[in-house]
Amino acid sequence: MQTPLHKVKGMGSSHSGTGHFWHERVSSVALIPLTLWFGYAVLGLVNASEVTAISFLAHPVNAILMAAFVIITLYHIKLGMQVIIDDYVHAAGAKIALLLLVRFAVIATGAACLFALLRIASL
Amino acid sequence: MADNPQAQARPARPLSPHLTIYHWAPTMLVSITHRVTGVGLSVGMLVLAWWLVAISNGPDGYQGFYNLVGSPIGLLAMFGFTWALAFHTLNGIRHLAFDLGYGFKKETARLSALLVIGLSLLVAAAIFALVWTGHAGYLG
Repeated sequence: MQTPLHKVKGMGSSHSGTGHFWHERVSSVALIPLTLWFGYAVLGLVNASEVTAISFLAHPVNAILMAAFVIITLYHIKLGMQVIIDDYVHAAGAKIALLLLVRFAVIATGAACLFALLRIASL
Repeated sequence: MADNPQAQARPARPLSPHLTIYHWAPTMLVSITHRVTGVGLSVGMLVLAWWLVAISNGPDGYQGFYNLVGSPIGLLAMFGFTWALAFHTLNGIRHLAFDLGYGFKKETARLSALLVIGLSLLVAAAIFALVWTGHAGYLG
């Protein structure tokens, strides 16, 4: 938010209040059970044949859980990388370039993952 | 910025202590490791995307991915990602406890930091032991 509205709304110098902090926590809570499921899935697919991997990921429940894991992880990555960039990169140009790069990379990775999951489901 | 009339007095002041002057404590180590594993796991996310795309690409792409992951360097990277995920998850839970106001006492924070280090190594070793002894791949 670039306008003085954030002052009216009492959102402080971050322009977004505690939104970033809160989203990071909420995504981390969601990722605890999803990470356990992810570990179970990946460990179960070690050395598995392609047919096994496809039939597992093509199952609607597994496809949805994998999509949720990917999307929430990427969102958590976007939030975390933003904190690191804010902490260590102080030149305005480099900072904006890196923040944009993280956003684009996260969206591109998510799009590739979701497209792959849809393709696997239709194999 | 406007000229600061006291600018000449500044260089003589002592600098605040930096990294090299501190005696490293488990809490400091775990704090920076949480950040480092977060960046490492971001790279791991790209490998996960690669795995999904490889599976969706048919047998050739899938085999190529598995050959690379099964190589010594690939296995080392996989162990790194496994440990990093265990560490970041466990220390993430520790941080959520901090957010709720628990575990702030010096000794408690130190103990939980050591616990996170030990447990994360144990989990990663146990997962690789399962793979080594043929107990993985149960979905096949």
